Amino acid sequence: MPDATGLELTAHELRDHNAESILGTDFGRGRAVLLAAPDHVTDVLRQLKASGYTFLASLHGIDYYPEEPRLGVLYELLNMHEVDRITVKVRVHTGDPRLRTATELFPGAEFPEREVYDMFGVVFEGHPDLRRILMPEDFEGFPQRRDFPIGGEPVLFTYNEENSYGKYQ
Amino acid sequence: MALDTADYRRREESITYAAESAGQGETHELLTLNIGPHHPATHGVLRLLATLEGEVVRDIKPIVGYVHTGIEKTAEQKSYWKVIPVVERMDYLSYYFNAMAFCGAVETLLDVEVPPRAQYLRIIHLELNRIMSHLVWLGTSALDLGAISMFWYCFRERETILDLFEMSSGQRMHTRYFQVGGVFEDIPPGFAAKLRTFLAEMPTRADQYADLLEKNQIVLERLRGTCALDEKTLLEIGVTGPLLRAAGNPWDLRKAHPYSSYDHFEFKIPVGTVGDNYDRYRVRHAEIYESVKIISQALDGLPEGPHITPDRKIALPPRHELATSMEALIHHFKLVTEGFRVPEGEAYYPIEGPRGELGCFVRADGSAKPARVHMRDPSFVHLQALEPMVKGAYIADLIATLAMLDPILGGIDR
Repeated sequence: MPDATGLELTAHELRDHNAESILGTDFGRGRAVLLAAPDHVTDVLRQLKASGYTFLASLHGIDYYPEEPRLGVLYELLNMHEVDRITVKVRVHTGDPRLRTATELFPGAEFPEREVYDMFGVVFEGHPDLRRILMPEDFEGFPQRRDFPIGGEPVLFTYNEENSYGKYQ
Repeated sequence: MALDTADYRRREESITYAAESAGQGETHELLTLNIGPHHPATHGVLRLLATLEGEVVRDIKPIVGYVHTGIEKTAEQKSYWKVIPVVERMDYLSYYFNAMAFCGAVETLLDVEVPPRAQYLRIIHLELNRIMSHLVWLGTSALDLGAISMFWYCFRERETILDLFEMSSGQRMHTRYFQVGGVFEDIPPGFAAKLRTFLAEMPTRADQYADLLEKNQIVLERLRGTCALDEKTLLEIGVTGPLLRAAGNPWDLRKAHPYSSYDHFEFKIPVGTVGDNYDRYRVRHAEIYESVKIISQALDGLPEGPHITPDRKIALPPRHELATSMEALIHHFKLVTEGFRVPEGEAYYPIEGPRGELGCFVRADGSAKPARVHMRDPSFVHLQALEPMVKGAYIADLIATLAMLDPILGGIDR
């Protein structure tokens, strides 16, 4: 993890390259976070990849309900030579959450992006195969969002099979 | 919730599995073969949609989600200490690692110091768990290659480890032994002696496995030179752990970024050379010896002291205090009912699991329940490497490669 100054320097370098790419930084408790603008996230990732953060350790979604913009996507990057971690965070609104895919830079982002789409409904443009991955194909809604009720899915019995969704005919 | 079934059909039909143009002609034909989800060779409820040309795999699509239980969602409904048993059930062969990653993330957020004895006890159990996981992998993988006796031998040693787990925690699997701030209980009398017997025995057993497998022509021909994948591709996909080390990259978080006093111990990182199935087997097999070394050192150097943080706001007071101290009773009541609150923040805590980097992301919103728990499970990421590994290989090698990939579907689907 870079120190607080190192994080600011990284943010400056990224801003030099693209003035609108970085919205802010957050540093503390062993974590360096760059808050990136949704439109420029691939730019930021490309720059960081070129500067040594070549390994995408994790990509996951998060719902900041009730804060706005509600949805967040986190890219945990790792520099294997310096053993250094940095996090890129993007916040998007629930209305039409769209981000550019990171699969062109990190092919391993394919499954994690599908999972974020599946669980939070964030659409990754340019993703080679954006389908649900863990939930069934015919599932409606995005279960990891905070306003999705737990136990909200009816159990299929004989008496309610007529009204159940995804019923095979 | 009612959905038009035609809509479902339409969506189902929209799934295309683009086949390669190769081999489409009068004499060759592409065959789409469904493997699983219920198949002993898929190591869990994994479904593979394979496109075959004769016996050669041209394309493969893993389909997962059959054991998705929504553990990440469930974790948001529970107080922090109640999350530990549910995250343990994700990757059901590395439950200590899951608990460790989650506890580590929460400890980072709480900024709590774990006592040295607890760190050593954690390492003993983590490394035992690593051996156990590798034994299950070795037994089932050998089974896939047609060697049934390996399965019984490996499960015999695994049984000893599970007995040790039962001794220290009362449970054989999903032990809930790791707590935020330390471990649940100190090891009981007799544990150390039994562990030493096991540590003396395990390397000779591992030698026997090697003798059984590495002098067997069938095993060698099935593993050597099959389905290799280079280091660069592996890193792009995000593969870590034994699979990456088999390709010659000695990346191991225990060495690269030591946590929980791993820097106190002497051990080596086994690496392979070409990254074929044989290297994958050799690396994991060699890791068993290294884990034994770590456990012996941790057992010899086990420091005295408390096994859990003395911070009563996080860890339960000892049982005997409840009868005499009002304060202890209040703490006990608060911890058992509401649980401890964690200050607002986010943490990502990566550790080296038996399969690779196991990271736990926790977001705390200041309440007694986590606002988000996410496990970066290595199996989930590694499954993406199956396609580049087996493309152009025989279907028999696909089964062997899947075994050497060691995916745990509980971890993939969570």
